Amino acid sequence: MLVGALFAGLVFGLYFTLVGLGLNLVFGVMRIVNLAHGDFLMLGGFAAYGLFSAFGLPPLASALIVLVVFTLLGLPIYYLVVPRLLAARDSEMLSIILFFGMSQMIEAITTIAFGATERSLPGRLLGVGPVILLGQRLPSSWVYSAVVSAVAVVGVYLYLYRTRLGTLTRAVMVSRDEALATGIDVHRVSAIAFGIGIALAGIAGVFAPFMLGSVTPAIGAGINIAAFAVIVVGTLGNPLGTVLGGIIYGVSLMLMQTYLSSWANILPNLLLIAVLLIRPEGLLGRQVRRA
Amino acid sequence: MPDRKRIAGDLGLAALVVVAMSVAHGVYSNELLLFNFVMFLTLSQGLNLIYGFTGYLPFGYVGFFGAGAYGFALAVMHLHSPPLLALAIAGLAALVLAVILAPLLRLSGAYFAIASLAAAQALYEVIANPDLQDLTKGPYGVSLSGVFAPRLSYFVAVAIMAVTFALVVWLRNSRFGLSLQAIREDPVSAAMAGVSVVRGRMVAWLLSSVIAGLSGGVFAWHISVFYPDTVFDVTFSIFATVFTLFGGATTLTGPLLGVFFLYGVYNAIGITVPQYFQLIYGALIMGLVLFLPNGLVSLLTRRGFRVP
Repeated sequence: MLVGALFAGLVFGLYFTLVGLGLNLVFGVMRIVNLAHGDFLMLGGFAAYGLFSAFGLPPLASALIVLVVFTLLGLPIYYLVVPRLLAARDSEMLSIILFFGMSQMIEAITTIAFGATERSLPGRLLGVGPVILLGQRLPSSWVYSAVVSAVAVVGVYLYLYRTRLGTLTRAVMVSRDEALATGIDVHRVSAIAFGIGIALAGIAGVFAPFMLGSVTPAIGAGINIAAFAVIVVGTLGNPLGTVLGGIIYGVSLMLMQTYLSSWANILPNLLLIAVLLIRPEGLLGRQVRRA
Repeated sequence: MPDRKRIAGDLGLAALVVVAMSVAHGVYSNELLLFNFVMFLTLSQGLNLIYGFTGYLPFGYVGFFGAGAYGFALAVMHLHSPPLLALAIAGLAALVLAVILAPLLRLSGAYFAIASLAAAQALYEVIANPDLQDLTKGPYGVSLSGVFAPRLSYFVAVAIMAVTFALVVWLRNSRFGLSLQAIREDPVSAAMAGVSVVRGRMVAWLLSSVIAGLSGGVFAWHISVFYPDTVFDVTFSIFATVFTLFGGATTLTGPLLGVFFLYGVYNAIGITVPQYFQLIYGALIMGLVLFLPNGLVSLLTRRGFRVP
C-alpha cells in the first residue's frame, strides 16, 4: 500500500508540476502573481471538453491547439494590463488584486456561456485499462497525463536554456532593470513568457477532467491554492524547482488520501502555510525574494 | 494633531449611518436584507482597519467570521450559554485564531494574502470534517433555534457596527493610526523614527479579527441555521475587499460608499443572476487597480478635499 501510494504520488506530482509551472514562470519573469492561473486552467479543461464533443478531438490534439491559442491569447492580455501594473509602486501586491478581478471575470463569463454544470471526459480517451508499472496498477490516463507533464517540463527547460529567447528570458528573471539597460526588449520577452505561462495552465486544464474528475467554472480558486503551494515549496521564481514542489505535493497528497483520507483536502493549505513560515525561500533555497 | 472639526466630521458620518440603520429597522420590513447591510458595513470597516491602515490584505478574512460563527454555535450547543456570552466567546475564538496566525504578518503583502486564504480554508476543512461530527456537526450544519431572536440580534449587530466605526475614526485621528500609516508607507523608516512596527501591526490585526469574529457570531445568532459552507464562503472576504477598494481604504466614507452602492446593486440584480454581478465586480476590480488604486474617494482627496 505504501509503495502504491508513493508511486501514484509521483505520477500525480508530475501532473501538479505542470499545474504550477506556468504560474512560476510568470512569477519568475514578471514578479507578479497571476491569481487567474487556475481559471486559465479551467478554460483549458472546457476547451478539451468542447473540442471533444464538437469534433471528437482526442486530448493530445486539444492540448496542441490549446498551446497555440492560449499563447496567442496571453500576448494581448499582457500588453493590456501588465506594463501598467509593473509601473505601480507595489506591483506584486496589486497584481494579486488585479488578477483576482480577472479570475472573477473569467469564471463569470464561463458560467454565463456554458452554465455551471460539471464537465468530464471519458477515461478511455487516454487508453483502456490500467497500466502496470513495477507491479503497481495505475489508471492509464494518469500515466498519460504525467508523461505529457514531463514533456512540457522538458520543453520549458529547452526553451529557457537552449534558445536565444530563453536566454533573454533568464536575463529578465535575474534583473529586469539590467536587462532593460542592455537593450533587451523586456516587454516582448515578458509577453511571450506570459503567453507560455497561460498555455501551460491550459494544457494542464486539458488533462484536468482525467486527473481531477471533472471541471466546473468554479474550480479555479482551489487550483490556485494547490498551484501556489507547489511553486512555493519548490522555490518561487525558479520554474524547474517546480518539479520538486510538484512531486512533494503529489506524494504527500497520495499518502494523506491513503492513510487519512478525510483530512486530505487540508494538505495544500497546511503545506503552503508551513513552507511560507519556515522556509519562505523554498526548498531549493536561492534567496530570490523577501517574503 | 487632533483637529476637533475633523473628528466631528468623522463621528457625524458614523453616527448618521448608525442612526439610519437603526431607524430603517422600524421602517423597512426586509429584516434580513438590512442585517446583511449592517454585516457588510461592519466587515468592510473591519477589513479597512487592517488593509487600509497597515496595507496587509487578508483574503482569508472570512476565516475569522467563520471562527466567530462556530464559536457562537459551539458555545450555545455545548455550554448552553446565553447569546451575549456566546457572542463574547465568538470574539474570543477569532482573537485566538488571530494570535495563532500572527506569524503570517512576517510575510510580505502578496504572500500574506494567499497564506491567510489558505489558513481560512484549512479551518473550514477542520470544522466541516465529518470526523468531528460530534463536536461541530461536520458538514451537516448547526441549528440554534433555541436562542433565535431576530430583533435583538439586529440591534446587537448595529452596536458592533457602531464600535467598528468608532475604531476607524480613532485610527484616522490618533497618533497610533498615523504611526500605522507610516509603517504601511515605509516600515524601515518608521522603525527608525521610533515606531514599534510589530506592536502596531499586531494591534490592528487583532482588532480587525475580533470585529470579524463578533460579526460572525451575531450572524450565527441572527440566522440561527447554517452550514460550514455558509460562514466560510470566500464571498464574504471578496465582498468586503471589493467594497473597501471601490470606495477607498483608510477612509470612513470609502467602505460605506462601496457597501451602499455595490451591495445595493448586488441586491437589485446579483441575487437572481449572480454571474453577471461577478462579471461586473471582476471588471470593477481590474479597472480600479489600473486606474484608481485608491478608490472613488481619491477623486476628491487628490484634489485636496478632505473626506471623512
